[in-house]
Amino acid sequence: MSRLTLAAAALLAASGAAPAANDADLAAIRAQIDEMKKSYEQRIASLEKKLALAESQANPRAEPAVPAPQAAATSSAGAFNPEVSLILQGQYKSMKNVAERGITGFFPATGHSHEEGGISESSRRGLSLNHTELVLAANIDPYWRGQAILGLLDGEVEIEEAWFQSLGLGNGMGLKAGRFFSGIGYLNEQHPHAWDFNDAPLMYQALFGSHSNYAQDGMQLKWLAPTPLFLEFGAEFGRGASFPGSDRNKNRPNGGALFAHVGGDVGIAHDWRAGLSWLRTSAQAREAHFEDVGGLEAQGAFTGSSNTLLADFVWKWAPDGNPKYRNFKFQTEYFQRREQGKLRCMDEDGVGNACAATVDSDYRTRQSGWYAQAVYQFTPNWRAGLRYEQLDSGRRDFGINAANLVVDSYRPQRASLMVDYRWSEFSRLRLQVAQDKSMAGLADHQLSLQYVMSLGAHGAHKF
Amino acid sequence: MKYRIFALCLLLTAGICRAELNVFATVPEWGALVSAIGGDKLRVYTATTAFQDPHRIDAKPSLLAQARRAHLVVAAGGELEVGWLPLVLRDSGNAAVQPGRPGYFEAAAQVSRLGVPAVIDRAHGDVHAAGNPHVHLDPRNVLKVGEALARRLGELDPANAGVYQAGFKDFAGRWQAAMARWEQAAAPLRGVPVLVHHQSFVYLASWLGLREVGTLEPKPGVEPSSGHLSALLAAQQLRPARLVLRAAYQSDGPSRWIADKAGIPAIMLPYTVGGSERASDLFGLFDDSVQRLVQGLR
Repeated sequence: MSRLTLAAAALLAASGAAPAANDADLAAIRAQIDEMKKSYEQRIASLEKKLALAESQANPRAEPAVPAPQAAATSSAGAFNPEVSLILQGQYKSMKNVAERGITGFFPATGHSHEEGGISESSRRGLSLNHTELVLAANIDPYWRGQAILGLLDGEVEIEEAWFQSLGLGNGMGLKAGRFFSGIGYLNEQHPHAWDFNDAPLMYQALFGSHSNYAQDGMQLKWLAPTPLFLEFGAEFGRGASFPGSDRNKNRPNGGALFAHVGGDVGIAHDWRAGLSWLRTSAQAREAHFEDVGGLEAQGAFTGSSNTLLADFVWKWAPDGNPKYRNFKFQTEYFQRREQGKLRCMDEDGVGNACAATVDSDYRTRQSGWYAQAVYQFTPNWRAGLRYEQLDSGRRDFGINAANLVVDSYRPQRASLMVDYRWSEFSRLRLQVAQDKSMAGLADHQLSLQYVMSLGAHGAHKF
Repeated sequence: MKYRIFALCLLLTAGICRAELNVFATVPEWGALVSAIGGDKLRVYTATTAFQDPHRIDAKPSLLAQARRAHLVVAAGGELEVGWLPLVLRDSGNAAVQPGRPGYFEAAAQVSRLGVPAVIDRAHGDVHAAGNPHVHLDPRNVLKVGEALARRLGELDPANAGVYQAGFKDFAGRWQAAMARWEQAAAPLRGVPVLVHHQSFVYLASWLGLREVGTLEPKPGVEPSSGHLSALLAAQQLRPARLVLRAAYQSDGPSRWIADKAGIPAIMLPYTVGGSERASDLFGLFDDSVQRLVQGLR
């Protein structure tokens, strides 16, 4: 192909410029073509020599270029295996010995907590293993992609997420179905290994329990607007079984959410995203431990509806938009939750508390909280971050049960400082100190050292 | 007829008007190439600049919004954008640009890759299983990619297929003439031993006959350490390199350090379009790169 097409292309290029060409131009072009001819003849000669040499040596490695299409064509059944990734996470934590941790003034979001030797996950001190996460993902066919994230614990495998997602709907539509972390808020879709601190903000613990992510068994529909400004809308419905909802035996979906995101650039160095979300769930006899007016333990069961509003904002900066060497990230979220329904106060263990005879009452609350955090990466390997958070137990109306149960009014607070080092994007070690005033009358100074390692095909993280 | 299409375009919002193709190029070199081929038939958005490390970009909201409206995504491929592009494409809700569809084009898939690793293990750093993805710094690859790109544009927009072919032919003619010029100018570089910051210049080296004798990164994607740099400096005694090369988006500290100690010039290469003032298009990129290298030898 080489010489003929080259000459033809050169002629074509020359002819394109021909109308204005004078003799000098023509001479220059001729000289150029001669030059090209000469250089190509030289190269062809040298290539021929190389070829002859290679043939005489019969050495297949004489040509360093490995034709990639051939390499990629080596077929095996294993080539269709899903992308596998394993997250290793563990920590050392030093803090006060508190048997049952909670957030004063908020409905205890026990949800489900993993106990080991009678110590719940949030109270575990010393050295321990966090969740070990196994991620499997692959395109199912040209239309769908699937992903499962399994949380591995001693004697237990927990399905954190297991969903399939559309690839071919088009028009900005995206469909996701199965169990997935809801698109509400900013942090909710992120797994613990992607967090910038070693624990979730208090706000998420108060909203969704010890797991700090709201998972939905159901369906999510998203639409991205065809505008230069990022504008995304989403709607979800599902089983709504996790806190603040509860598992209910019925045909209709028990939870739903709506969210909207807007975002964009400011120059090349700044990016931002803001969001507004609403989550609605209902609960049937959502049970938790309370304290009665005499200091004895009582059981409370809430039946009613829960509405949560979330607002989030994230801003990232990197010089020239290149986050590799230095970057800065600010994020903040605010929530307001209203719950309305009935509260049943009980004495299940027969300790003789104020609800020895079960008492039903109205229940109405309006609570709020926020956090703000800033993380600065000042070299390719080091980052430092600061987080401050505050909740407000707000209005809590227990009806006639106010006479039986302690109704705390409190503003939980926490401040955390972290420094982390990463060897590569797959390994990280983090030191964090915190002053935790999430329980009334307790100022807990906490220190933790955590590692996060990811093995295998680790996919991209969201913004 | 033309009038009617124009009127239709006015009626529809500009973003979804079919008379123009929206092209989403992940990196400046392929953005420049597709612009050179398609001219005013295309609206080209380039996702990164020469000062951004294309391995390390966030899946930003603005990228999602642009991918949503694209008719064609031109990616470098070879896993270069694996940290952000798959997520951007999946979340864009744009079926036309998903991998495997005609609206998704990978430059690295059009050429023979160098540096395909024999062993795929993260102990060797951020290795690319499909080979080194920085293929554009061999101008012969630019031609191959351009030819395939013109064909793809023609398939997506048959009405303008002739325009894209002509655009490519015009580009190829000028490119071949320029290549002869560069090769002649770069003749003194043949066999010259060099150090590089990252393996960004494998194709440039193979084209010009430069000899890479070491990388400042101990492993691909791992930042240069003082220990590794000292070892490189010690190796200068045995295998002296004559130049240290880095791309515009890489920090200049490590290459300057070793250049000072070894008494050889540190050369910043624009690496891609926009990386220096002269590298305002693909021709400028190579003009400037060759000139900087040759000047470094003096």
